[in-house]
Amino acid sequence: MRTLVVGGGALLIELDSADEVAALHAELLRRRDAGELGPVRDLVPAARTVLLDGVRDPAALGARIARWEVPPLAPTQGPQVTVPVRYDGPDLVEVARLWGVAPREVPGIVGATVFRVAFCGFAPGFGYLTGLPERFHVPRRGTPRTAVPAGSLALAGEYAGVYPRSSPGGWQLIGSTDAVLWDPDREPAALFAPGVRVRFTQEDGRG
Amino acid sequence: MADGLLVVRPGALTTVQDRGRPGYAHLGVPRSGALDTAAYALANRLVGNAPDAAALETTLDGVGLRALAATTVAVTGAPCPVRISGRPVAWGAPVRLPAGAELEVGRAESGVRGYVAVRGGLAAPPVLGSRSTDLLSGLGPPVLSAGMLLPAGPPGPDPVPGADACGLPGPPSRLVLPLRLGPRADWFTEASLTGLWRSEFCVSAMSNRIGLRTEAGTPLVRARAGELPSEGMVLGAVQVPPDGLPVVFLADHPVTGGYPVVGVVPPGPALDAAAQARPGIPVRFARSR
Repeated sequence: MRTLVVGGGALLIELDSADEVAALHAELLRRRDAGELGPVRDLVPAARTVLLDGVRDPAALGARIARWEVPPLAPTQGPQVTVPVRYDGPDLVEVARLWGVAPREVPGIVGATVFRVAFCGFAPGFGYLTGLPERFHVPRRGTPRTAVPAGSLALAGEYAGVYPRSSPGGWQLIGSTDAVLWDPDREPAALFAPGVRVRFTQEDGRG
Repeated sequence: MADGLLVVRPGALTTVQDRGRPGYAHLGVPRSGALDTAAYALANRLVGNAPDAAALETTLDGVGLRALAATTVAVTGAPCPVRISGRPVAWGAPVRLPAGAELEVGRAESGVRGYVAVRGGLAAPPVLGSRSTDLLSGLGPPVLSAGMLLPAGPPGPDPVPGADACGLPGPPSRLVLPLRLGPRADWFTEASLTGLWRSEFCVSAMSNRIGLRTEAGTPLVRARAGELPSEGMVLGAVQVPPDGLPVVFLADHPVTGGYPVVGVVPPGPALDAAAQARPGIPVRFARSR
Protein backbone atom coordinates (compact mmCIF):
# COMPACT_ATOMS: atom_id res chain seq x y z
CA MET A 1 0.00 0.00 0.00
CA ARG A 2 1.28 3.46 -0.97
CA THR A 3 -0.45 6.65 0.14
CA LEU A 4 -0.16 9.81 -1.97
CA VAL A 5 -1.39 13.26 -0.97
CA VAL A 6 -3.53 14.96 -3.67
CA GLY A 7 -3.71 18.73 -3.18
CA GLY A 8 -4.90 20.08 0.17
CA GLY A 9 -7.93 17.85 0.68
CA ALA A 10 -7.53 14.43 -0.90
CA LEU A 11 -5.61 11.22 -0.53
CA LEU A 12 -4.85 8.54 -3.13
CA ILE A 13 -4.11 5.03 -1.92
CA GLU A 14 -2.32 2.81 -4.40
CA LEU A 15 -2.54 -0.98 -4.19
CA ASP A 16 -1.14 -3.95 -6.08
CA SER A 17 -4.29 -5.62 -7.37
CA ALA A 18 -7.99 -5.16 -8.02
CA ASP A 19 -8.67 -7.59 -5.13
CA GLU A 20 -6.72 -5.39 -2.73
CA VAL A 21 -8.66 -2.33 -3.97
CA ALA A 22 -11.96 -4.15 -3.33
CA ALA A 23 -10.84 -5.19 0.15
CA LEU A 24 -9.64 -1.71 1.13
CA HIS A 25 -12.77 -0.11 -0.32
CA ALA A 26 -14.97 -2.44 1.76
CA GLU A 27 -12.89 -1.67 4.86
CA LEU A 28 -13.14 2.09 4.22
CA LEU A 29 -16.94 1.83 3.87
CA ARG A 30 -17.15 -0.26 7.03
CA ARG A 31 -15.09 2.20 9.05
CA ARG A 32 -16.91 5.21 7.59
CA ASP A 33 -20.28 3.72 8.50
CA ALA A 34 -18.95 2.94 11.99
CA GLY A 35 -17.86 6.59 12.34
CA GLU A 36 -14.18 5.65 12.57
CA LEU A 37 -12.96 7.27 9.37
CA GLY A 38 -13.75 10.95 9.89
CA PRO A 39 -15.35 13.21 7.29
CA VAL A 40 -14.86 12.22 3.65
CA ARG A 41 -16.97 13.57 0.78
CA ASP A 42 -16.04 11.15 -1.98
CA LEU A 43 -14.64 7.64 -1.80
CA VAL A 44 -13.69 6.61 -5.32
CA PRO A 45 -12.27 3.17 -6.08
CA ALA A 46 -10.54 2.73 -9.43
CA ALA A 47 -8.40 0.06 -11.13
CA ARG A 48 -5.49 0.06 -8.63
CA THR A 49 -6.34 2.96 -6.32
CA VAL A 50 -8.90 4.37 -3.92
CA LEU A 51 -9.29 8.16 -3.78
CA LEU A 52 -10.57 9.84 -0.63
CA ASP A 53 -11.66 13.40 -1.50
CA GLY A 54 -12.86 16.07 0.92
CA VAL A 55 -10.74 14.99 3.88
CA ARG A 56 -9.24 17.32 6.47
CA ASP A 57 -5.61 16.24 6.83
CA PRO A 58 -4.67 13.91 3.96
CA ALA A 59 -1.14 13.18 5.20
CA ALA A 60 -2.29 12.24 8.72
CA LEU A 61 -5.14 10.12 7.36
CA GLY A 62 -2.74 8.38 4.98
CA ALA A 63 -0.37 7.54 7.84
CA ARG A 64 -3.31 6.13 9.81
CA ILE A 65 -4.64 3.99 6.94
CA ALA A 66 -1.15 2.64 6.18
CA ARG A 67 -1.19 0.99 9.62
CA TRP A 68 -4.52 -0.79 9.08
CA GLU A 69 -4.86 -4.54 8.87
CA VAL A 70 -7.20 -4.90 5.87
CA PRO A 71 -8.88 -8.32 5.79
CA PRO A 72 -9.25 -9.90 2.34
CA LEU A 73 -12.73 -9.63 0.90
CA ALA A 74 -14.90 -12.74 1.30
CA PRO A 75 -16.59 -13.76 -1.99
CA THR A 76 -19.97 -13.56 -0.27
CA GLN A 77 -19.42 -10.05 1.10
CA GLY A 78 -21.48 -7.18 -0.28
CA PRO A 79 -24.97 -6.78 -1.74
CA GLN A 80 -25.86 -8.90 -4.79
CA VAL A 81 -28.03 -8.16 -7.80
CA THR A 82 -29.24 -10.56 -10.47
CA VAL A 83 -29.50 -9.27 -14.03
CA PRO A 84 -31.43 -11.22 -16.69
CA VAL A 85 -29.67 -11.14 -20.07
CA ARG A 86 -30.59 -12.06 -23.65
CA TYR A 87 -27.48 -13.41 -25.39
CA ASP A 88 -28.11 -11.59 -28.65
CA GLY A 89 -25.04 -9.34 -28.94
CA PRO A 90 -23.43 -8.73 -32.36
CA ASP A 91 -20.04 -9.88 -31.02
CA LEU A 92 -21.29 -13.10 -29.39
CA VAL A 93 -19.90 -15.34 -32.14
CA GLU A 94 -16.55 -13.52 -32.12
CA VAL A 95 -16.24 -13.77 -28.30
CA ALA A 96 -17.12 -17.50 -28.44
CA ARG A 97 -14.41 -17.93 -31.10
CA LEU A 98 -11.85 -16.11 -28.93
CA TRP A 99 -12.84 -18.32 -25.98
CA GLY A 100 -12.67 -21.46 -28.13
CA VAL A 101 -16.24 -22.47 -27.30
CA ALA A 102 -19.56 -22.65 -29.12
CA PRO A 103 -21.74 -19.50 -28.89
CA ARG A 104 -24.41 -21.47 -26.97
CA GLU A 105 -21.82 -22.09 -24.20
CA VAL A 106 -21.26 -18.37 -23.53
CA PRO A 107 -24.30 -17.87 -21.25
CA GLY A 108 -23.17 -20.73 -19.01
CA ILE A 109 -19.66 -19.31 -18.62
CA VAL A 110 -20.94 -15.79 -17.85
CA GLY A 111 -23.67 -17.18 -15.59
CA ALA A 112 -21.16 -19.20 -13.55
CA THR A 113 -19.12 -16.08 -12.78
CA VAL A 114 -19.72 -13.97 -9.69
CA PHE A 115 -18.80 -10.49 -10.86
CA ARG A 116 -18.06 -7.58 -8.57
CA VAL A 117 -18.36 -3.87 -9.40
CA ALA A 118 -14.77 -2.73 -9.02
CA PHE A 119 -15.48 0.91 -9.80
CA CYS A 120 -17.69 3.23 -11.86
CA GLY A 121 -16.76 5.73 -14.54
CA PHE A 122 -17.17 6.51 -18.24
CA ALA A 123 -20.84 7.44 -17.66
CA PRO A 124 -23.09 7.67 -14.59
CA GLY A 125 -24.01 4.13 -13.59
CA PHE A 126 -21.41 2.39 -15.77
CA GLY A 127 -19.68 -0.20 -13.56
CA TYR A 128 -16.41 -1.97 -14.34
CA LEU A 129 -17.12 -5.58 -13.33
CA THR A 130 -14.26 -7.91 -12.41
CA GLY A 131 -14.39 -11.65 -11.82
CA LEU A 132 -14.21 -13.21 -15.28
CA PRO A 133 -11.34 -15.77 -15.24
CA GLU A 134 -8.27 -14.60 -17.13
CA ARG A 135 -8.67 -17.12 -19.97
CA PHE A 136 -11.94 -15.37 -20.88
CA HIS A 137 -10.44 -11.86 -21.11
CA VAL A 138 -10.94 -10.48 -24.64
CA PRO A 139 -9.47 -7.43 -26.42
CA ARG A 140 -11.54 -4.39 -27.35
CA ARG A 141 -12.91 -4.25 -30.88
CA GLY A 142 -10.51 -2.96 -33.53
CA THR A 143 -13.03 -0.29 -34.49
CA PRO A 144 -15.25 1.20 -31.78
CA ARG A 145 -18.96 1.49 -32.52
CA THR A 146 -20.31 5.03 -32.76
CA ALA A 147 -23.46 3.98 -30.89
CA VAL A 148 -23.81 1.04 -28.52
CA PRO A 149 -27.45 0.43 -27.53
CA ALA A 150 -28.41 1.04 -23.90
CA GLY A 151 -28.49 -2.20 -21.88
CA SER A 152 -25.72 -3.92 -23.88
CA LEU A 153 -23.66 -6.45 -21.90
CA ALA A 154 -20.08 -6.05 -23.03
CA LEU A 155 -16.58 -7.39 -22.38
CA ALA A 156 -13.11 -5.81 -22.65
CA GLY A 157 -9.85 -6.93 -21.04
CA GLU A 158 -10.41 -7.98 -17.45
CA TYR A 159 -13.78 -6.20 -17.31
CA ALA A 160 -17.43 -6.75 -18.10
CA GLY A 161 -19.94 -3.91 -18.16
CA VAL A 162 -23.46 -2.90 -19.13
CA TYR A 163 -24.00 0.40 -20.98
CA PRO A 164 -26.53 2.46 -18.94
CA ARG A 165 -27.41 4.55 -22.01
CA SER A 166 -26.59 4.63 -25.68
CA SER A 167 -23.05 5.86 -26.23
CA PRO A 168 -20.00 5.19 -28.39
CA GLY A 169 -18.00 2.17 -27.26
CA GLY A 170 -15.33 -0.32 -28.24
CA TRP A 171 -16.23 -3.24 -26.00
CA GLN A 172 -17.41 -6.62 -27.38
CA LEU A 173 -21.20 -6.88 -27.13
CA ILE A 174 -22.48 -10.31 -26.12
CA GLY A 175 -26.00 -9.61 -24.88
CA SER A 176 -28.61 -7.15 -23.72
CA THR A 177 -30.78 -6.51 -20.69
CA ASP A 178 -33.83 -4.43 -19.79
CA ALA A 179 -32.49 -3.85 -16.26
CA VAL A 180 -32.40 -0.15 -15.34
CA LEU A 181 -28.74 0.52 -14.66
CA TRP A 182 -29.14 4.19 -13.80
CA ASP A 183 -32.09 6.07 -12.30
CA PRO A 184 -31.31 9.30 -10.45
CA ASP A 185 -34.68 9.06 -8.66
CA ARG A 186 -33.75 5.69 -7.17
CA GLU A 187 -31.59 5.12 -4.08
CA PRO A 188 -28.93 4.18 -4.96
CA ALA A 189 -29.13 5.74 -8.43
CA ALA A 190 -26.68 3.18 -9.85
CA LEU A 191 -27.67 -0.51 -9.85
CA PHE A 192 -23.95 -1.26 -10.14
CA ALA A 193 -22.38 0.68 -7.27
CA PRO A 194 -18.81 -0.23 -6.26
CA GLY A 195 -18.69 -3.41 -4.16
CA VAL A 196 -21.99 -4.83 -5.50
CA ARG A 197 -21.82 -8.47 -6.65
CA VAL A 198 -23.54 -9.21 -9.97
CA ARG A 199 -24.93 -12.47 -11.40
CA PHE A 200 -26.13 -12.60 -15.01
CA THR A 201 -28.93 -15.08 -15.67
CA GLN A 202 -30.14 -16.11 -19.11
CA GLU A 203 -33.52 -14.61 -19.83
CA ASP A 204 -36.09 -17.14 -21.02
CA GLY A 205 -37.24 -16.92 -24.62
CA ARG A 206 -35.93 -14.61 -27.30
CA GLY A 207 -37.86 -11.54 -26.04
CA MET B 1 -48.72 34.63 -16.05
CA ALA B 2 -46.32 32.06 -14.59
CA ASP B 3 -43.18 33.18 -12.77
CA GLY B 4 -40.02 32.66 -14.72
CA LEU B 5 -38.18 33.62 -17.86
CA LEU B 6 -38.51 32.78 -21.53
CA VAL B 7 -35.27 32.27 -23.48
CA VAL B 8 -35.20 34.72 -26.40
CA ARG B 9 -31.50 34.38 -27.28
CA PRO B 10 -29.73 31.37 -25.73
CA GLY B 11 -26.17 32.62 -26.30
CA ALA B 12 -23.16 30.50 -27.26
CA LEU B 13 -23.42 28.16 -24.27
CA THR B 14 -25.73 28.99 -21.40
CA THR B 15 -26.40 26.44 -18.68
CA VAL B 16 -28.20 26.24 -15.36
CA GLN B 17 -25.71 25.94 -12.50
CA ASP B 18 -25.67 25.76 -8.74
CA ARG B 19 -23.06 24.37 -6.35
CA GLY B 20 -23.07 21.04 -8.23
CA ARG B 21 -23.42 17.47 -7.04
CA PRO B 22 -20.27 16.50 -5.15
CA GLY B 23 -20.36 13.16 -3.32
CA TYR B 24 -21.41 10.95 -6.24
CA ALA B 25 -18.03 10.45 -7.93
CA HIS B 26 -18.07 6.75 -6.95
CA LEU B 27 -21.14 6.29 -9.21
CA GLY B 28 -19.42 8.00 -12.14
CA VAL B 29 -21.16 11.35 -11.62
CA PRO B 30 -19.05 14.50 -12.10
CA ARG B 31 -19.27 17.28 -9.53
CA SER B 32 -20.34 20.00 -11.98
CA GLY B 33 -21.59 23.39 -10.65
CA ALA B 34 -20.79 27.04 -11.38
CA LEU B 35 -17.19 27.50 -12.56
CA ASP B 36 -16.62 30.98 -11.09
CA THR B 37 -17.91 30.21 -7.61
CA ALA B 38 -17.44 33.74 -6.22
CA ALA B 39 -19.31 35.43 -9.10
CA TYR B 40 -22.13 32.88 -8.81
CA ALA B 41 -22.39 33.44 -5.05
CA LEU B 42 -22.48 37.23 -5.50
CA ALA B 43 -25.25 37.03 -8.13
CA ASN B 44 -27.44 35.08 -5.70
CA ARG B 45 -26.64 37.40 -2.79
CA LEU B 46 -27.58 40.47 -4.89
CA VAL B 47 -31.11 39.18 -5.43
CA GLY B 48 -31.59 37.85 -1.89
CA ASN B 49 -31.36 34.16 -2.84
CA ALA B 50 -30.06 31.26 -0.81
CA PRO B 51 -26.37 30.66 -1.59
CA ASP B 52 -27.16 27.42 -3.46
CA ALA B 53 -29.96 28.76 -5.68
CA ALA B 54 -29.69 27.83 -9.35
CA ALA B 55 -28.60 30.61 -11.74
CA LEU B 56 -27.55 30.86 -15.36
CA GLU B 57 -23.93 30.60 -16.46
CA THR B 58 -23.29 32.28 -19.82
CA THR B 59 -20.26 31.93 -22.08
CA LEU B 60 -18.74 34.98 -23.84
CA ASP B 61 -21.84 36.39 -25.54
CA GLY B 62 -24.46 36.53 -22.78
CA VAL B 63 -28.13 35.66 -23.10
CA GLY B 64 -31.50 37.26 -23.88
CA LEU B 65 -34.51 36.56 -21.63
CA ARG B 66 -38.10 37.77 -21.36
CA ALA B 67 -39.71 38.05 -17.91
CA LEU B 68 -43.06 36.25 -17.56
CA ALA B 69 -43.69 38.10 -14.29
CA ALA B 70 -42.02 41.04 -12.60
CA THR B 71 -38.88 40.00 -10.78
CA THR B 72 -35.39 41.08 -9.77
CA VAL B 73 -32.25 39.91 -11.52
CA ALA B 74 -28.49 40.47 -11.18
CA VAL B 75 -25.67 39.88 -13.64
CA THR B 76 -22.11 39.18 -12.39
CA GLY B 77 -18.98 37.41 -13.60
CA ALA B 78 -17.53 38.62 -16.87
CA PRO B 79 -18.27 42.40 -17.16
CA CYS B 80 -20.76 43.11 -19.94
CA PRO B 81 -23.46 45.58 -20.98
CA VAL B 82 -26.89 44.82 -19.47
CA ARG B 83 -30.11 46.24 -20.92
CA ILE B 84 -33.74 45.95 -19.97
CA SER B 85 -36.02 46.50 -22.96
CA GLY B 86 -33.20 48.40 -24.63
CA ARG B 87 -32.38 50.64 -21.65
CA PRO B 88 -28.90 50.27 -20.07
CA VAL B 89 -29.03 49.12 -16.44
CA ALA B 90 -26.43 48.28 -13.79
CA TRP B 91 -24.13 45.28 -14.06
CA GLY B 92 -23.20 43.67 -10.72
CA ALA B 93 -26.28 45.05 -8.93
CA PRO B 94 -29.89 43.97 -8.46
CA VAL B 95 -32.19 45.39 -11.15
CA ARG B 96 -35.97 45.27 -11.43
CA LEU B 97 -37.27 43.37 -14.45
CA PRO B 98 -40.94 44.24 -15.18
CA ALA B 99 -43.35 41.61 -16.51
CA GLY B 100 -42.95 41.24 -20.28
CA ALA B 101 -39.66 43.13 -20.33
CA GLU B 102 -36.60 41.75 -22.07
CA LEU B 103 -33.29 41.35 -20.30
CA GLU B 104 -30.34 41.50 -22.68
CA VAL B 105 -27.04 40.35 -21.22
CA GLY B 106 -24.47 41.44 -23.78
CA ARG B 107 -21.11 40.16 -24.96
CA ALA B 108 -18.43 39.95 -22.26
CA GLU B 109 -15.99 42.88 -22.39
CA SER B 110 -13.41 40.75 -20.63
CA GLY B 111 -13.52 37.33 -19.04
CA VAL B 112 -15.63 34.43 -20.25
CA ARG B 113 -18.47 33.44 -17.92
CA GLY B 114 -21.38 35.55 -16.74
CA TYR B 115 -23.91 34.69 -14.04
CA VAL B 116 -27.56 35.71 -14.15
CA ALA B 117 -29.44 35.19 -10.91
CA VAL B 118 -33.19 35.64 -10.73
CA ARG B 119 -34.96 36.24 -7.42
CA GLY B 120 -36.27 32.89 -6.15
CA GLY B 121 -33.72 30.93 -8.15
CA LEU B 122 -34.35 28.78 -11.22
CA ALA B 123 -36.69 25.91 -10.40
CA ALA B 124 -35.44 23.20 -12.78
CA PRO B 125 -36.00 19.72 -11.29
CA PRO B 126 -33.00 18.70 -9.19
CA VAL B 127 -31.04 15.55 -10.07
CA LEU B 128 -29.15 14.01 -7.14
CA GLY B 129 -29.72 17.17 -5.16
CA SER B 130 -28.47 19.63 -7.79
CA ARG B 131 -29.92 21.66 -10.64
CA SER B 132 -26.59 21.92 -12.44
CA THR B 133 -26.25 21.04 -16.08
CA ASP B 134 -23.48 18.46 -16.39
CA LEU B 135 -22.14 18.62 -19.94
CA LEU B 136 -19.92 15.55 -19.60
CA SER B 137 -22.57 13.06 -18.55
CA GLY B 138 -25.75 14.85 -19.58
CA LEU B 139 -27.38 15.16 -16.15
CA GLY B 140 -29.49 18.14 -15.14
CA PRO B 141 -31.38 20.66 -17.27
CA PRO B 142 -30.54 20.91 -20.98
CA VAL B 143 -28.34 23.67 -22.38
CA LEU B 144 -30.49 26.75 -23.06
CA SER B 145 -32.24 27.00 -26.42
CA ALA B 146 -34.56 29.64 -27.85
CA GLY B 147 -38.14 29.32 -26.62
CA MET B 148 -37.23 27.38 -23.49
CA LEU B 149 -39.14 28.30 -20.34
CA LEU B 150 -37.11 28.75 -17.15
CA PRO B 151 -39.47 28.62 -14.14
CA ALA B 152 -38.41 30.60 -11.08
CA GLY B 153 -38.93 29.47 -7.51
CA PRO B 154 -40.67 31.44 -4.79
CA PRO B 155 -38.54 34.28 -3.36
CA GLY B 156 -36.96 33.43 -0.01
CA PRO B 157 -37.22 35.56 3.13
CA ASP B 158 -33.97 37.45 2.44
CA PRO B 159 -34.47 40.99 1.14
CA VAL B 160 -32.81 42.25 -2.01
CA PRO B 161 -29.91 44.21 -0.55
CA GLY B 162 -30.11 47.12 -3.00
CA ALA B 163 -26.77 48.64 -3.94
CA ASP B 164 -23.95 46.33 -2.91
CA ALA B 165 -20.20 46.63 -3.18
CA CYS B 166 -18.91 44.45 -5.96
CA GLY B 167 -15.73 43.09 -4.41
CA LEU B 168 -14.73 40.76 -7.17
CA PRO B 169 -11.36 40.74 -8.89
CA GLY B 170 -11.77 41.56 -12.57
CA PRO B 171 -11.16 38.83 -15.12
CA PRO B 172 -7.44 38.09 -15.38
CA SER B 173 -5.21 39.34 -18.19
CA ARG B 174 -2.74 36.66 -17.10
CA LEU B 175 -3.14 33.61 -14.89
CA VAL B 176 -0.81 32.50 -12.13
CA LEU B 177 -2.08 29.22 -10.74
CA PRO B 178 -0.70 27.93 -7.44
CA LEU B 179 0.18 24.26 -7.90
CA ARG B 180 0.83 21.73 -5.19
CA LEU B 181 2.85 18.85 -6.66
CA GLY B 182 1.52 15.30 -6.58
CA PRO B 183 0.24 12.64 -6.69
CA ARG B 184 2.10 11.73 -9.91
CA ALA B 185 4.84 14.37 -10.13
CA ASP B 186 7.35 11.50 -10.07
CA TRP B 187 6.14 10.52 -13.56
CA PHE B 188 8.00 13.56 -14.89
CA THR B 189 11.72 14.34 -15.11
CA GLU B 190 13.26 16.58 -12.44
CA ALA B 191 14.44 18.95 -15.16
CA SER B 192 10.99 19.37 -16.66
CA LEU B 193 9.44 19.93 -13.20
CA THR B 194 12.00 22.67 -12.55
CA GLY B 195 11.19 24.07 -15.97
CA LEU B 196 7.47 24.04 -15.20
CA TRP B 197 7.82 27.02 -12.82
CA ARG B 198 9.51 29.04 -15.56
CA SER B 199 7.39 27.97 -18.49
CA GLU B 200 4.70 30.27 -19.82
CA PHE B 201 1.74 28.50 -21.37
CA CYS B 202 -1.29 30.01 -23.12
CA VAL B 203 -4.94 29.26 -22.50
CA SER B 204 -6.08 27.09 -25.39
CA ALA B 205 -9.29 27.71 -27.32
CA MET B 206 -10.08 24.02 -26.62
CA SER B 207 -10.81 24.93 -22.97
CA ASN B 208 -14.31 24.23 -21.69
CA ARG B 209 -16.21 23.40 -18.50
CA ILE B 210 -14.32 20.11 -18.28
CA GLY B 211 -10.88 21.63 -18.26
CA LEU B 212 -8.65 24.60 -18.94
CA ARG B 213 -6.30 23.37 -21.65
CA THR B 214 -2.94 24.97 -22.26
CA GLU B 215 -0.71 25.35 -25.28
CA ALA B 216 2.53 26.96 -26.39
CA GLY B 217 4.53 26.33 -23.20
CA THR B 218 7.43 23.93 -22.68
CA PRO B 219 5.88 20.46 -22.50
CA LEU B 220 6.52 18.33 -19.43
CA VAL B 221 8.69 15.30 -20.13
CA ARG B 222 7.85 11.86 -18.79
CA ALA B 223 10.42 10.15 -16.61
CA ARG B 224 8.71 6.81 -17.10
CA ALA B 225 6.98 5.08 -19.95
CA GLY B 226 3.82 3.05 -19.78
CA GLU B 227 0.22 3.67 -18.90
CA LEU B 228 -1.28 4.69 -15.60
CA PRO B 229 -4.40 2.69 -14.72
CA SER B 230 -7.36 5.10 -14.43
CA GLU B 231 -7.61 6.67 -11.00
CA GLY B 232 -9.91 9.10 -9.18
CA MET B 233 -9.57 12.78 -10.10
CA VAL B 234 -10.17 15.87 -7.95
CA LEU B 235 -11.30 19.39 -8.88
CA GLY B 236 -8.21 21.40 -9.84
CA ALA B 237 -6.14 18.34 -10.75
CA VAL B 238 -3.57 19.18 -13.43
CA GLN B 239 -3.48 16.23 -15.78
CA VAL B 240 -0.69 15.89 -18.30
CA PRO B 241 -1.56 14.01 -21.51
CA PRO B 242 1.21 12.55 -23.72
CA ASP B 243 1.77 15.93 -25.46
CA GLY B 244 3.11 17.27 -22.12
CA LEU B 245 0.72 20.27 -22.00
CA PRO B 246 -1.15 20.61 -18.67
CA VAL B 247 -4.96 20.45 -18.45
CA VAL B 248 -6.51 21.96 -15.31
CA PHE B 249 -9.67 20.06 -14.38
CA LEU B 250 -12.74 22.27 -13.83
CA ALA B 251 -16.22 21.39 -12.51
CA ASP B 252 -17.35 19.00 -15.27
CA HIS B 253 -14.14 16.95 -15.08
CA PRO B 254 -14.41 13.16 -15.41
CA VAL B 255 -14.40 11.32 -12.08
CA THR B 256 -11.49 9.12 -13.14
CA GLY B 257 -8.68 9.65 -15.59
CA GLY B 258 -5.71 7.75 -16.96
CA TYR B 259 -3.10 10.48 -17.43
CA PRO B 260 -0.74 11.34 -14.57
CA VAL B 261 -1.64 14.32 -12.38
CA VAL B 262 1.46 16.45 -11.83
CA GLY B 263 -0.23 18.57 -9.15
CA VAL B 264 -3.42 20.21 -7.92
CA VAL B 265 -4.58 23.85 -8.10
CA PRO B 266 -6.57 24.59 -4.93
CA PRO B 267 -10.26 25.32 -5.50
CA GLY B 268 -11.26 28.94 -4.79
CA PRO B 269 -9.92 32.18 -6.27
CA ALA B 270 -7.36 30.47 -8.55
CA LEU B 271 -9.93 28.22 -10.22
CA ASP B 272 -12.45 31.10 -10.35
CA ALA B 273 -9.84 33.07 -12.29
CA ALA B 274 -9.19 30.06 -14.54
CA ALA B 275 -12.91 30.01 -15.38
CA GLN B 276 -12.61 33.60 -16.66
CA ALA B 277 -9.37 33.17 -18.62
CA ARG B 278 -9.78 33.75 -22.34
CA PRO B 279 -7.94 31.76 -25.00
CA GLY B 280 -4.50 33.20 -25.64
CA ILE B 281 -3.85 34.73 -22.22
CA PRO B 282 -0.60 33.59 -20.54
CA VAL B 283 -0.67 30.95 -17.78
CA ARG B 284 2.09 30.16 -15.32
CA PHE B 285 2.20 27.72 -12.44
CA ALA B 286 3.62 28.82 -9.08
CA ARG B 287 4.85 26.18 -6.67
CA SER B 288 2.67 25.88 -3.58
CA ARG B 289 2.91 23.60 -0.55
